[in-house]
Amino acid sequence: MRGNPESHELIGATSLSEVLAQLIASPGTWTPIAGGTELMVAHAAGRLNAPKLINLWGLPELNFIHVNDSSIAIGGGVTFGQIRRHETIASDFPLLSKAASWIGSIANQNRATIAGNIVNGSPAADAPPALLVYDAEIELISSRGTRRIPYADFHLGYKQSVLEAEELVLALHLPRRFANHRQYLRKVGTRKAMAITKVALAATAIVQDGFFAEVRLAAASVADRPIRMLATEAALTGNQLTSETWQAARKELLGEVRPIDDIRSSADYRKQVAVNLLEEFLQELSRGVASA
Amino acid sequence: MSLIELTVNGQQTQVDAPPMKRLLDVLREDLGLTGAKEGCGEGECGSCSVRMNGELVNSCLVPILQAQGAHIQTVEGLAIDAELHPLQKAFLECGGAQCGICTPGMLMAATHLLAHNPHPTLDEIREGLAGNLCRCTGFIKIFDSVIAAAAMGGVKTHAR
Amino acid sequence: MTFGEKMSESPANRPSPRIVGTPQIRKEGVDKVLGRAKYTDDLERDGMWYGATVRSTIPRGRIRAIHYDPRIDWSEFVVVTAADVPGQNHIQMISADQPCLVETQVNHCDEPILLLAHPDKRRLPEAVAAIAIEYDLLPAVLSIEESETQREIIWGPNSNLGNIFKQFHLEKGNVDDVWASAAHIVEGEYSTGAQEHLYIENNGMIAEYSDETGITVWGSLQCPYYVHKSLMAVFDLPEEKVRVIQVETGGAFGGKEDYPSIIASHAGLLARKARRPIKIVYDRMEDLAATTKRHPSRTRHRTAVDCNGKLLAMEIDIATDGGAYATLSSTVLSRATLHATGPYVCPNIRITSHAWATNTVPYGAFRGFGAPQSIFAIERHMDQIALAIGLSPDEIRRRNFLHAGDTTATEQCMNEPIILDTLLERALKESDYANKRKRFAIQNSQSPIKLGLGLAAFYHGAGFTGSGERYLNSLAGMDVPANGKVRVLVANTEFGQGTHTILCQIAAESLALSYDDIEIAPCDTSIVPNSGPTVASRTSMVVGRLIERSGSQLIAMLREHADLGESYSKQEFFAACDRFRNQHGKVESLCRYEAPPNIYWDDQKYRGEAYPTFAWAVYVAEVAVDTVTYSAEVTNIYTVQEVGRVLNPTLAAGQIEGGVAQAVGYALYEKVQLKNGHMFNNQMTNYIMPTAADVPPIHVVFEEIPFAFGAYGAKGIGELPHDGPAPAILNAIQDATGESFPSIPLLPEDIFLRFLSHAPREESLVS
Repeated sequence: MRGNPESHELIGATSLSEVLAQLIASPGTWTPIAGGTELMVAHAAGRLNAPKLINLWGLPELNFIHVNDSSIAIGGGVTFGQIRRHETIASDFPLLSKAASWIGSIANQNRATIAGNIVNGSPAADAPPALLVYDAEIELISSRGTRRIPYADFHLGYKQSVLEAEELVLALHLPRRFANHRQYLRKVGTRKAMAITKVALAATAIVQDGFFAEVRLAAASVADRPIRMLATEAALTGNQLTSETWQAARKELLGEVRPIDDIRSSADYRKQVAVNLLEEFLQELSRGVASA
Repeated sequence: MSLIELTVNGQQTQVDAPPMKRLLDVLREDLGLTGAKEGCGEGECGSCSVRMNGELVNSCLVPILQAQGAHIQTVEGLAIDAELHPLQKAFLECGGAQCGICTPGMLMAATHLLAHNPHPTLDEIREGLAGNLCRCTGFIKIFDSVIAAAAMGGVKTHAR
Repeated sequence: MTFGEKMSESPANRPSPRIVGTPQIRKEGVDKVLGRAKYTDDLERDGMWYGATVRSTIPRGRIRAIHYDPRIDWSEFVVVTAADVPGQNHIQMISADQPCLVETQVNHCDEPILLLAHPDKRRLPEAVAAIAIEYDLLPAVLSIEESETQREIIWGPNSNLGNIFKQFHLEKGNVDDVWASAAHIVEGEYSTGAQEHLYIENNGMIAEYSDETGITVWGSLQCPYYVHKSLMAVFDLPEEKVRVIQVETGGAFGGKEDYPSIIASHAGLLARKARRPIKIVYDRMEDLAATTKRHPSRTRHRTAVDCNGKLLAMEIDIATDGGAYATLSSTVLSRATLHATGPYVCPNIRITSHAWATNTVPYGAFRGFGAPQSIFAIERHMDQIALAIGLSPDEIRRRNFLHAGDTTATEQCMNEPIILDTLLERALKESDYANKRKRFAIQNSQSPIKLGLGLAAFYHGAGFTGSGERYLNSLAGMDVPANGKVRVLVANTEFGQGTHTILCQIAAESLALSYDDIEIAPCDTSIVPNSGPTVASRTSMVVGRLIERSGSQLIAMLREHADLGESYSKQEFFAACDRFRNQHGKVESLCRYEAPPNIYWDDQKYRGEAYPTFAWAVYVAEVAVDTVTYSAEVTNIYTVQEVGRVLNPTLAAGQIEGGVAQAVGYALYEKVQLKNGHMFNNQMTNYIMPTAADVPPIHVVFEEIPFAFGAYGAKGIGELPHDGPAPAILNAIQDATGESFPSIPLLPEDIFLRFLSHAPREESLVS
């Protein structure tokens, strides 16, 4: 344990508005901490550069899952354990349910929050690919009010986002129109559990009469942030699955991904496996296999 | 320093600790409950696992402020008086503990698993214990122990 | 085979054991499942402070200056340097070349330079970071290949012996005469990477020092008398002023064989200067980076076979990386050398082996101790030979297996039955080898997941090599304090493998008492005799035998002096003990090691009986290689081993399962990543061991041919299971994919690169 608890201030609050008031009073001073699955690891490694922290764990205003006919709203403070156990998420957004089950261990799932997973900004994060292919919107809140933007516009670069210093993630909104989409999610890690993603691909598609009517593709660990692969989608949309379409899609994918060599894997491996995962998805589609 | 009130193994207690002190260290240092261990400090090995408000967590990742008002169950709370918990009996009979350092956390993970899923399949056991590393057993006799305990049934404790 | 007069009855004559061979509950098990077992970091002493280590950040150089940041109030700290060492600034291992603390010359990253102590452990990391050290860099040697050039000598004399910790040259017959006429010559080069023990409990030690009583240490360790010896030298203290106490140890696997002498010296130095107890416990990042690991290796094979696949000549060259200091490299190399030819007959053999110095953290003992490295090579190589000749992997082995009466590379005549054929047949049957291979061939043509099966046949020499046990001269036994129990007295340690349980079972058996009548003395050098280290798969076999003999000896003593009858009840036994104690003051029965007859070992010529006995095994691994992700996974592993006698079926199977799981990690997951000789993936999130979700089903079958000189027939089994899985797995991957991979760890990225090298140009994706 290389961190010194006495070097950090951690304050609590009983309401979200109290927390937001604190954040806006001195922007950039208070680091929000929810489940701690990132920040406490940094603390133990002696790398927690956050002298002042503010507690989000247990705030009821961040912990909700609201279902209505057209969408589901998942509060930023919802843990992946809660996401896994939610029936409507499992039926309507199986890729998110799956992603939740692949995060760390049961113990980590009980603490890691969806907002933390997103805001930490790792390109390897587990939830973002699913959120991207489900056209999620992210709702941010500050003392000034809320704003909703497409989640696809949230990340700006490596560990950079549009989140302002006084803002928190209030909720993710997922539109309930993917139930009849073919769906695919595969995570490639260093082992079957407790693994940081080396490459992951999420995909949803509607195939009508052998043509791609809609397709969404998102990947983790192939760029400096989680990405939608729009050019690859464009190469498929409106086309049949032929070898020409496949070659075009493959070429676009290779142009869109820009993975790196790092401690876990290599750029070349990531590129090839991303291609293989896409090919696997398309093969499943043509066999009529891919589903929730 | 913060005054934290919490219930540990059914007993109400309070500690005065810096709010960023880890629950693991509070258990071990302030409360003398050394069952939970530090194997990694990163939430990877699970040897610090405890149950907080009924949920399995890695106590090395919980700042004590967040345990305000919480119910914590540790390995020390499994046995009731002189009677071993069925999982503890099973670990003894089936060889689920070798060096024993992962055992407290493993027992908490297994307790949590059986509380939610009293008759898990082998795959469900693998998943339930995937966050607890054991370097001695290769996990095989730990699986056997959990299966044996599930068969024993009657899992009851005085903690939630 | 003959039995010396001093030996107990042969196993064949004894009545069937009642307790040995049964699944007695682990002696210390209740405390472990209650969470009451106390490991080093669970313990405190009054007035205790905490210690931390300042380590080098360069692989080789000299210290020019040390700067203490004035923002820290250093008067609050106790600071220890090499100048504070009262005795010899060296750890006593086989040589005494490793300093306890650096004086000026740094020879590896993470080498300990300074020690700090403070009452508040949370203040230590900041203080460690506040010490800046200036170095004059020297060129560092960071690989076997670099060391072999001998351009830069970093250890030893400035001659052609430079950088060589140890070398061996072993000849049998005449290999040079064979090549010209051989039907086939097969060559191969194989390599293995470093491996970290990853015991879940990091290294830790508590020390106390006083001028009157000397030094006492409590800690996580395998060999209390090794630590004792080192502390005597470092502190210049006589035997009786050094006391080493092993406390509950959370895993070791060889990683706590020599390293504890270092951390104990450190804690002791701080305790001596601070005049108070000191606890040093490493966190995971420090333990991963700074402590010993398995020796990396490179093995080259050149083999001549006749047209029937019989081995005619084997020429083998082994190189290991020993790191910066000699530590145990010579004995690891010895074991690698003696296991290099596999369980096969070959009339002409040449083995040359070298342990090379590099500026890396010194490598040390790890389960298998050189055998996993050389067995990986020979078992991979046998499959290449099979392919070259057109024989199946099982047939090439069958045609070359050792049998009783054959001689090994060291001209040891195998006197005992060897049932490798039986083990092979059983392994093939258990794994449904023939049927599965047929099925897999069909399945593989239709699926991106390629299935395969692979074999490994191997032995593990039980106990110390050659005259090692004579040199150890172990003493062990039992006493009967007046508390109604018999107490086993050994310096052997429990760290999960079941030492306490097994030795108590043996004692109970030999005394005709029950398991619950036996307890084990604390592993404290002031109480227990030196029964040797807990290593080399020797504890059950050698020390167990001493316990067995001491039990018989105790019965004889009580019969002769205390009227114990021919048969007796438990009450009568303890009553006789009381009578004996009243007459003689104490009831104690100790026995000293006696070598089995006809064990002659020539250390110079490297010839003779290398080991008193061997455990034998054949393993079959089943793998699935996913060509979408290039990941290989073990889907089943079938293990069949002949181990002399299974003393406790639960513990024995537990050893096999645990060793297999570690070896699966060795083959497919665990990679030590070094930069400048520093392990930079020193976190559990980046050093990957298999989880509960990754381990395959592990099938365990035992055969028993009792060894006359092991406790109740036991041979050692602790290390055997780590020898076979890695080559079996890579043989299976070759079966599944057609690709032969010569190195471990084999990661998906490596499999990908190989597939890529075969891909047609236009499909190549590498930019």
